[in-house]
Amino acid sequence: MANHILEVRDLSTRFHIAEGTVYAVNGISFHLDHGETIAVVGESGCGKSVTMLSILRLLPIPPAEIVRGQALFLGRDLFDLSEREMENLRGRDIAMVFQDPMTSLNPVLTIGRQIGETLRIHMGLEKEVIRERTIKLLEQVGIPDPIQRLNDYPHQFSGGQRQRAMIAMALACQPSILIADEPTTALDVTIQAQIVELVQRLREQMNMAVIWITHDFGVVAEIAERVLVMYAGYIVESAPVDKVYENPRHPYTMALLAALPRVDRRRSARLRSIPGAPPNLLVEPTGCPFAVRCELVTERCRVEMPPLILHGPNHQAACWIDVSTGIPF
Amino acid sequence: MGRYIIKRLLQGIPLLFFISLILFLLMLNVGDPVATMGGRRVTRRADYERLRRQLGLDQPVYLQYAYWLLGNDWTKIDLDGDGVAETTGTRRGVLRGDLGISLLNRKPVIEVIGERLPNTLILMVASELVIVIGALLVGVFSALRQYSIMDNLITAILFIGYSMPIFFVALISMFIFAVLFKRWGLPYLPTVGMFDPQAGKTTAQVLWHMVLPVLSISIISFAAYSRYIRSTMLEVMGQDYIRTAKSKGLPRSEVVFIHALKNASLPIVTVIGLDLPLLLGGAVVTERIFAWPGMGRLFLDHVDRVDMPVIMGILMLVSLAVVVFQILTDIVYAWLDPRIRYEK
Amino acid sequence: MGQLVWRRFRRHKMAIFGAVTLILLFIYSIGGALIFPESYANFADTPLRLTAPNLQHPFGTDTIGRDVLARTIYGGQISLMIGMLAVLIEVVLGILVGALAGYYGGIVDSILMRITEAMLNIPEIFLLIVMAKFFGGEIPEVDLFGRTFSGSVIVIVLIIGLTSWMYLARIVRAQFLSLKENDFVLAARATGTSNFEIIFRHILPNSIAPIIVSATLGVANAILAEAYISFLGLGVQPPTATWGNMLDGANNYLESAPWLWFFPGLLILLTVLSINFLGDGLRDALDPHSRAA
Repeated sequence: MANHILEVRDLSTRFHIAEGTVYAVNGISFHLDHGETIAVVGESGCGKSVTMLSILRLLPIPPAEIVRGQALFLGRDLFDLSEREMENLRGRDIAMVFQDPMTSLNPVLTIGRQIGETLRIHMGLEKEVIRERTIKLLEQVGIPDPIQRLNDYPHQFSGGQRQRAMIAMALACQPSILIADEPTTALDVTIQAQIVELVQRLREQMNMAVIWITHDFGVVAEIAERVLVMYAGYIVESAPVDKVYENPRHPYTMALLAALPRVDRRRSARLRSIPGAPPNLLVEPTGCPFAVRCELVTERCRVEMPPLILHGPNHQAACWIDVSTGIPF
Repeated sequence: MGRYIIKRLLQGIPLLFFISLILFLLMLNVGDPVATMGGRRVTRRADYERLRRQLGLDQPVYLQYAYWLLGNDWTKIDLDGDGVAETTGTRRGVLRGDLGISLLNRKPVIEVIGERLPNTLILMVASELVIVIGALLVGVFSALRQYSIMDNLITAILFIGYSMPIFFVALISMFIFAVLFKRWGLPYLPTVGMFDPQAGKTTAQVLWHMVLPVLSISIISFAAYSRYIRSTMLEVMGQDYIRTAKSKGLPRSEVVFIHALKNASLPIVTVIGLDLPLLLGGAVVTERIFAWPGMGRLFLDHVDRVDMPVIMGILMLVSLAVVVFQILTDIVYAWLDPRIRYEK
Repeated sequence: MGQLVWRRFRRHKMAIFGAVTLILLFIYSIGGALIFPESYANFADTPLRLTAPNLQHPFGTDTIGRDVLARTIYGGQISLMIGMLAVLIEVVLGILVGALAGYYGGIVDSILMRITEAMLNIPEIFLLIVMAKFFGGEIPEVDLFGRTFSGSVIVIVLIIGLTSWMYLARIVRAQFLSLKENDFVLAARATGTSNFEIIFRHILPNSIAPIIVSATLGVANAILAEAYISFLGLGVQPPTATWGNMLDGANNYLESAPWLWFFPGLLILLTVLSINFLGDGLRDALDPHSRAA
């Protein structure tokens, strides 16, 4: 507990839209330790981003509603803070990098300004100091010729460079938590690797805790110490990274791993995609949301959501079935 | 940038040519200018014919247009009707800045319009200020409080404002602020003219007399732009880069007025720039109702008496304003948007 | 599809309000004619001129003693009819120009679009005034459905139609430009379907939604245009009443007889407002991208 920099308890977020209520996040709890990196994995629309945006209180309310829950940052509940206190905290203590660097940078402001304003707001620095720091930041994230690029606009940057600039922006005030929301999804494969490496390097330099959101199990092993697997607004499995690969305890985790191309697998072995579609989040969930797609489904799964069951140190899964035997506990 | 501006200017030329052609053809049947010339009836057949020749109305249409556009001082015209062209023309044509002579009072059209133009421009500038400032305030406010009771109320009121015919706004506001206020013993607004003849044409008088006309001209555009700014702001506020700005911890005011408004201003500038000269249409009705001695009323008066050179002059001036503002808008837009400004 | 559109439309409270008000306005101007004969609307009871609203004349009487209520009923018929007929012309012209320009492209497109652009660059009211003069003059009265109309009604319909088709033409052209490269059009062309059939059977039905929205809003615009031009004394000539020409000269009676201008003005406002509401609702309902909460 003492070592938790962030602890989320029983968070539920819903959206009220014309078609009804979207049950986006349904009572999830997790924690993050100082300097730790966790990965949050799941298909698109499973509530990964919504969880993080809820914690940072960046969702528009309405249509969003945080129904219940706590998000304790160093013991203080973020949901109790005033908007003003929250503004002070965003970007300074907890920073976020978004998925698409094309749309996440303001097209009509220079890169220099967009990086510099974080410094201005949180540190109240002089213009000249801000300029120097910004140049240094651009250098740190590996953008050549930073003095010239300062006055360029986002459209003059390549995709990879934009994401580097986004990272520079997020790290400007040396936050203690970085939330990276699929930062490599919109990029080429080779650039993806560079960005992963960059974040890892900076994380070590700054001793940051990182929450890395991804739908790609492939990068998880490289970066994270712990993995949270999310499905339909629930955390269905939470485990140290080696345990997830060795001994997954939830059918959904297994299915995700089976869908992964692996070097150690015979070429002839076919990748398995998960049959069926993710559930309709417009229906209030009853029972396990994965039941309709699950091969091991039982009657109980359809009516009662399983709690997280402990399988080892730091290893929990929400399933009524012992996946190794296929028999209910 | 420079090449872009030149390109846009060159595009404006054929457009104005087409406009002048359409208008000139329409002028052919608006009435007989000679029959009502100067308000007197021309009774003698010979006088009538002479006047027609003097105005060039005996010529085929294409020559009439050529004289209007290029003048006729480079050729001879037949004034005495004997079939032989003997007199050198005196018109220099629109292209050389000669809009002709008013048939009503024999004054150059430029002068006739020039006397009235400032009065209309005062109304236009004041209205545009009211519209832009008002619409920005209301639009941004409304967008930031989307779906609140205030927002819904404002939306409903704006819809009504947007659907108001100008004359109805004018009549109702006159009735309330002049008739009723007077009845109730309150200070009331004037409804006629630019100033009280007894008080003289002072700035205060003109401003006081402007209130109701400006209100009438502004209300429709104000409502339309408020709605437009609201929806543009809402769209921009939903963009990813706004979320980024918030995630950096920028205060709300900075997110709204720098990150959002700077982006929203691109489409807003376009719409306002393009519509600006169209306000002149509203001036026609407003000036009529409030007896405001501007270009709109000049137009109506001279249409009634078929003073073609003046009508044509006003129409071309208005169209020129529309075209020029289109080009200006494009340039301002390009200058505001770095994605265009820095295009190689 | 239809059901979805209806469901989206129904959610739009203002659009429902607009539709209901519009129906009431139609009932007012058509149903009212069953109570007051047209001769009553045109009957000048000179001794009773400029009577303030009372039980006998709920909306008062005008400058020559005609009943304002009855005149707003018959005026409404004409105003609504002008609005709809003018839009009919507008739609036909707009579709024709837009379809030809968008489908054939090249020189046809260039010429048609230059004309469209030129017309768009002259503020509407100026164009209306000039056109009213151009087509004005002495027009004989017309007998239609056993009633006599001032010939100027037809002129007004014509000039409003002629001055308002440009926006629609642009919309249709844009639709045609994007649709003509679509697979179903290429397939139709490959099987030797005639241009006429491609334009009217294949492309046009697919661009009907923006046309409907534009035409709906066009009715409001046409009614306003009639009001402006009649207000300026260049529109429909008496004795035929329209909401617009009932306002002609009303500002001389601003103080002494406000009922002269208040009732026709209010009716114009209500009509335009409900059509705008309706058009807005239709736009949201027909636009598959719109997701109003």
